[in-house]
Amino acid sequence: MSRIAARFAQLKAEGRGALMPFLEAYDPDPATSMALLRGLPGAGADLIEIGVPFTDPMADGPTVQRAGQRALKAGGSLAGALAMVRDFRREDDETPVVLMGYLNPILSYGIESFCTCAADSGVDGLIVVDMPPEEADELAGPAREQGLDLIRLVAPTTHDARLPKVLEGTSGFIYYVAITGITGTRSATQEALAAAIPRLRRHTDLPIAIGFGVRTPQQAAEAVQVADGAVVASALIETLAASLDEKGRARPDTLRKVLDQVRGLAEAVRGARVSA
Amino acid sequence: MNQPLPNSLRQGPDTRGRFGQFGGRYVAETLMPVIQEVEQAYNAARQDPAFMQEWRRLLKDYVGRPSPLWLCERLTEHLRAGSAGPDLGAKVYFKREELNHTGAHKINAVLGQILLARRMGKPRIIAETGAGQHGVATATACALFGLKCIVYMGATDVERQQPNVFRMKLLGAEVIPVTSGAGTLKDAMNEAMRDWVANVADTYYCIGTVAGPAPFPQMVRDFQCVIGEETRQQVLAAEGRLPDALVCAVGGGSSAMGLFHPFLDDAEVRIIGVEAAGRGMESGEHAAAIGGGRPGVLHGNKTYLLQNGDGQIQEAHSISAGLDYPGIGPEHSWLHEIGRVEYVAITDQEALDAFQLCSRLEGIIPALESAHGLAHVLKLAPTMAKDEIIVLNLSGRGDKDIFTVAKHLGESL
Repeated sequence: MSRIAARFAQLKAEGRGALMPFLEAYDPDPATSMALLRGLPGAGADLIEIGVPFTDPMADGPTVQRAGQRALKAGGSLAGALAMVRDFRREDDETPVVLMGYLNPILSYGIESFCTCAADSGVDGLIVVDMPPEEADELAGPAREQGLDLIRLVAPTTHDARLPKVLEGTSGFIYYVAITGITGTRSATQEALAAAIPRLRRHTDLPIAIGFGVRTPQQAAEAVQVADGAVVASALIETLAASLDEKGRARPDTLRKVLDQVRGLAEAVRGARVSA
Repeated sequence: MNQPLPNSLRQGPDTRGRFGQFGGRYVAETLMPVIQEVEQAYNAARQDPAFMQEWRRLLKDYVGRPSPLWLCERLTEHLRAGSAGPDLGAKVYFKREELNHTGAHKINAVLGQILLARRMGKPRIIAETGAGQHGVATATACALFGLKCIVYMGATDVERQQPNVFRMKLLGAEVIPVTSGAGTLKDAMNEAMRDWVANVADTYYCIGTVAGPAPFPQMVRDFQCVIGEETRQQVLAAEGRLPDALVCAVGGGSSAMGLFHPFLDDAEVRIIGVEAAGRGMESGEHAAAIGGGRPGVLHGNKTYLLQNGDGQIQEAHSISAGLDYPGIGPEHSWLHEIGRVEYVAITDQEALDAFQLCSRLEGIIPALESAHGLAHVLKLAPTMAKDEIIVLNLSGRGDKDIFTVAKHLGESL
């Protein structure tokens, strides 16, 4: 069983949803980013998403854009993100790690060798934002061969007739984009999510995570009441960014501030179904 | 539009929106449904005689088409005088797209797309612009049809294309300066895509070139083919035969594709696209995606891109804001790979020289984009026989560029 499937099975047995924090690889520097990655499971991350920096992140709002720019300036790359996962796996062989990014760095790396290196490094799943199912064949085969889950995005605009096409060939979990918009901007209402997730459930048995606009502990708790996981990205990156000094360097308390916020989110996620 | 023959080079894209390996629809899931909606609407519209008739009416009575094909006698004489022999120096024609309403070829495809947006019931129009020509054309069409218009423009371009920024505002458009990246066309396109993701229900994205996710490369090309179709008729009427060479500057490549496409199956016609070599190809500061890039995925399509070894997109450089883009339309990438179209590059300085020469010899101030094409004609024509014919797509007028050019010439306005 893959780490992702095992983790969701375990959480299901515990009767709770997953917290999936996101960090941008190399933001603001490789050491801080690595320390953050290492600290996440202890702070309550059930799965981890690592953003691969890209110059032109078309689906991301200003917060993630700036994280990517800081990361690129610090030397961030797809190879760097893979190296981080490899380091992380020396200490943690259970927490699933998903890479989220855009297709061009993968094409540039070479699809076959990327999939091999990703699997060797201990990556469990891939979210490629600008690769809809219509363009996925190039990556799908090599990813499957290496046991990497291809996690698809489903959006509010993905109508029923299209859903089977999007879900076909998806594995690991479904990433529900809660709003029609870019990251770090608006949030979906609880009512909208309560209507959207059952619609997806009719088409799939895979776990469903909600991302885009999940910012606060309460929103994370609400997300796991209707779905199986909550992805929090921009809110954590904002904390990281606000902690940097005037030259954009990490301060001694950068790590603690972000991890404290993850703890708060984890607590809310863990308590969510008790009251539900 | 004339029908492509079997085995024609004019049949692309395939059902996946690809030209060979290039093109496709590499967009976030949120946009896929609306992109498919655009494709269906376009396929219905292009087969609707009433739709095409309305577009043709606008081209004739609003844009002022057909645009003339001008025989450049003084320029031709000048180039013959500088050639190596008495039998050398091809005859140079300009396809005068700069005489269109709004001063460039962009309006051809904009009017088609705005008619499509109306047909789809989308009241809000967004566009990206580099030099401002596409933004002005879109703002113009939106004014004509009473649609809300938002134009994303890189902050750097806002600075160097002030006259067009003011024009767009006069026309009622909102111009949003984009500060991410280098603040040029690439960043404006990112921001327009982000807007579209957030406003897909009521918004149509009027893309300005033959790039982006399918069906945009095909749709913009089809509308721009009016350039090549007219050229074919005009040159046949004037010379009784097809030209020997076609030349056009290429940024995204809409003016070039519009001229080239109707001639792709005429093997005797040599076709040359001119990329921007900026400060020189060896300087690394250029905008020649084919000359200095390799295939990758950006802005919804697979195509040649300027990128580093990690697949990060590199900033382009060109004196011409309209060519300052690290990619190129996917059909150009394909035409390059199959060898049907030659792609060359012209530096900022060569373009500046051609800009001035054209102004003095023909009384036509060309856009800096078009000056790149002309600069290659200045090299090519003297090597061709006297009885040969070159057609240059003079895609835009240079009024918008006089401040940039004056600055480079050390004059203050």
